[in-house]
Amino acid sequence: MDRAKNHFITNSIRIKNEEIFLKKDTILSLDSKIDFSQFLKDSYKKLALNYPKYHKMDSLCKLGILGSTVLLRGQDFKANTALVLSNASSSHDVDIKHMQSMESIVSPAVFVYTLPNIVLGEISIKYKLQSENVFFIEDKFNADLLVDYSETILNSGKALSVVCGWIELKNDQYDVLLCLVSNNGEIPFTKENLEELYRFENE
Amino acid sequence: MNILLQEDIIISPLGFSTSENLKAIKAGNSGLQFHENSRFPNGGFYAGILDASLLADNFSVIGDSTKFTKLEQMMLLATQSVLNNNELDLSETALIISSTKGNIDLLGNSKNFSKDRASLNSLARVIQEFFGFKLKPIIVSNACISGGLAVAIAKRFIQAGKFNNAIVVAGDLVSDFVTSGFQSFQALSATPCKPFSKNRDGISLGEAAAAILVSNNKREGTNISLFGDASTNDANHISAPSRTGEGLYKSIQQALKESKLSASEIDYLSAHGTATIFNDEMEAVAFNRAALFHVPVNSFKGFYGHTLGASALIETILTKHSLINNELYPSLNFEELGVSKPLNIVQKFEKKELKTALKTASGFGGCNLAMILKKSFNG
Amino acid sequence: MSDLRTELKQSIIEQLNLEELTIEDIDNDDSLFGDGLGLDSIDALELIVLLEKDYGIKLTDPNQGKEIFISINKMAEYIESHRTK
Repeated sequence: MDRAKNHFITNSIRIKNEEIFLKKDTILSLDSKIDFSQFLKDSYKKLALNYPKYHKMDSLCKLGILGSTVLLRGQDFKANTALVLSNASSSHDVDIKHMQSMESIVSPAVFVYTLPNIVLGEISIKYKLQSENVFFIEDKFNADLLVDYSETILNSGKALSVVCGWIELKNDQYDVLLCLVSNNGEIPFTKENLEELYRFENE
Repeated sequence: MNILLQEDIIISPLGFSTSENLKAIKAGNSGLQFHENSRFPNGGFYAGILDASLLADNFSVIGDSTKFTKLEQMMLLATQSVLNNNELDLSETALIISSTKGNIDLLGNSKNFSKDRASLNSLARVIQEFFGFKLKPIIVSNACISGGLAVAIAKRFIQAGKFNNAIVVAGDLVSDFVTSGFQSFQALSATPCKPFSKNRDGISLGEAAAAILVSNNKREGTNISLFGDASTNDANHISAPSRTGEGLYKSIQQALKESKLSASEIDYLSAHGTATIFNDEMEAVAFNRAALFHVPVNSFKGFYGHTLGASALIETILTKHSLINNELYPSLNFEELGVSKPLNIVQKFEKKELKTALKTASGFGGCNLAMILKKSFNG
Repeated sequence: MSDLRTELKQSIIEQLNLEELTIEDIDNDDSLFGDGLGLDSIDALELIVLLEKDYGIKLTDPNQGKEIFISINKMAEYIESHRTK
């Protein structure tokens, strides 16, 4: 029962190894020697995000905002766009940060990020997306789950389009793939095509 | 396609079965007690904490309690209970797990267990391997709506033909991690929490596990089905509830629409009711926008505290039994209404013919959930 | 005591990650919330942490913050009369 044939991967972005790809083209490539926080800072400037709230976020949300900004720039999407994201390490890095502060004074601005779905909230706020959200935890990238679940949402009419993907962060090591899925595009929204986008790495 | 909420169990300070939990609720017993904790200037806080040795005793029937964390024992026991009473083929039964923080305290101080055991993937693997589920577990971690969203996800996948049966298991602990965080938010109540009351001053935390079988298999007798469900983000703030109740209101509208029902057909409303000033106010606004102010409503947080990733599943199970038993359970610790809009708070145990209920939940990240439960009879 | 005010601005910018602001951007009478600096409820909680960390002032009632976190001047006045370090 392949009901996904009417849905397409309208756009996709990949963030890995100090590089950001739009579809398969490099749009930003930074010195691989810079540390993660510098990468997040420099990317913000180079991509002209102009969204001061960004600086308040934890790193997972920063990756989500960087990714969704590049993904959704110039795209036609409605408020009824669902978010279906996943990763392996939940909110690991900010969990560690909170845990370290527990011996002294705990910061509410750190604690609030210790849930993986906060990135869904941040993306929803920036793009005024009032729609379905879910955050799945998986041991590794799982195209089956992302496609199957996004399809149920699209086919049941609960959303008109979906941003789905993988947003992993652990010990400053990151790996992001976000896709906009809608009725428009040329790449059919299939497990194989999603898998291929994830496997793709610039030579 | 009719999606039925079948066998269920709640493991909490109120008991190790759903019937024990219901009995305690009818008797007006709360799981919230004062627990000493040096983080608090007054020496402790009110929370619903499960007695570890009592749990280990119960667990010893199915396994060696020294080999599993407290949360694992709770969730394994819950899963076992649902499996015991159903002949399910584990090669095609889905396992859906809901938790916000799992075994998070192992990240810091893991005496008996490796730090890796702190991850949600590890928690899922332990449950999967203990019983031999063949399908890869699905883990939902979506703040305080997780437990209910996991049930909605089971329904959606069953309707899409991915599987016919899913066991949804939810659990969370009163960890030092979470306690310290909510304390920094100044969100913890100095007394057992008082949802929707004028003098409410924050949440009480609680721990519990629950499990339910979600299935499209026909079953004789009285059935409760999940008729409609929707989740909507507020797109407003990551921790402050929307002042207009936008996401919750939209979720309710969508769930009603899917169920082809109107607000006037809802007999009972199981609210989130955390007892923070802003959450309860937001819910009152959303319920009024949805014309639900006349519907009997309660919060179960006065009995359990906020059990995070378990709460929406526990409350869905209790809502299910409200419908089956035709009983309205009181909103414990309610005093005088303290929200700006009218609500019909259930104040005492009441027998009433009930057919249709609405369960809602809201959480950090701006997420909201609404689910419609409906009773039917299959003779 | 304008030093305290400068110090406050610096630590607010750091603590609340207001990266795109400098001390010169904040006037002593600017409102911190709403139309001024646009701080939100989490920032308010962070300011409570800041008072405790830097000045040894412990606020137990979050509502107290509303009367203190009005502007840099108001905050400085409160700190001057309540600081324990």
